[in-house]
Amino acid sequence: MSVNTDLQGAQYSLPAPFEVGREAIAEFARAIGATHPAHVDAAAAQELGYADVVAPTTFAVIPSQRCEALYISSPDSGIDYSRVVHGQEQFTYTRPIVAGDRLAATTHVDGLRESGGNAMITTRTELTDADSGEPVVTVTSTIVVRGEK
Amino acid sequence: MTNTAASRPSIDALTVGDTVIDTTIPVSRADLIAYAAASGDHNLIHWNERYAKEVGLPNVIAHGMLTLGSVVARVTDWTGDPGSVLDARTRFTSMVVVPDAESGPPTAPTAQLALTATVGAIDAEAGVVRLDLAVSAGDDSVLGRTQVKVRLA
Repeated sequence: MSVNTDLQGAQYSLPAPFEVGREAIAEFARAIGATHPAHVDAAAAQELGYADVVAPTTFAVIPSQRCEALYISSPDSGIDYSRVVHGQEQFTYTRPIVAGDRLAATTHVDGLRESGGNAMITTRTELTDADSGEPVVTVTSTIVVRGEK
Repeated sequence: MTNTAASRPSIDALTVGDTVIDTTIPVSRADLIAYAAASGDHNLIHWNERYAKEVGLPNVIAHGMLTLGSVVARVTDWTGDPGSVLDARTRFTSMVVVPDAESGPPTAPTAQLALTATVGAIDAEAGVVRLDLAVSAGDDSVLGRTQVKVRLA
């Protein structure tokens, strides 16, 4: 089975907003060794001008990978997940993510090409404030699906 | 090491080419399990050796996003403001292999990341600095073209 190139330009949205909680931020910060008190202490975050504890930069990968999975795991995509390796990742922030955020997510399949038996797929996931519609962060991800040899 | 308000870096004191972070980050099999739980990425290649080898990998490998997350966390610890990152980008160029520890607890590190961050560009007017990161494990560069743009006070 090979990757379905007809899905170039397709979009996938999370059915409900991703709710950002303090505990999830604290656990993620601990897992990557982020030690700033503003990840766990609301008072320290407020001292820096944030409404609540601040998520680490790469925390955005949680809602974005969940949304990307709607595409990658769909039977339509033709992607064999056991052959996927991560190629590139980029986060472009409009504002930081803080606890209490409700994030809407839409993944766009921007690039889809096959070369030398491998497929390279670039997705762009727009995370926005579900209440105001304002942009929060754009997560761009490239995966490589290794061809069967 | 986290910078407190008093010791946060000032853009005026920086010069292109300055090395601002030079550190190592140990990685254990237990770290991979903790990252899987925190991130929701439970891909088997990040914790099951038999499965990893069956799909052609040398052993269990770290999540690329654990490596990127760990080094960007050192950047925000340096800026003193975890919300200071405007843009972070990388290419995953090589795997970080994390074998099970041969003896002792699974929390014993079996891989080590070496991180250096140097000032690549300064936009004093906008208050934005671009850091260029070099990240390796053993002899292999594991992240390529890694750039983090941060806003400094």
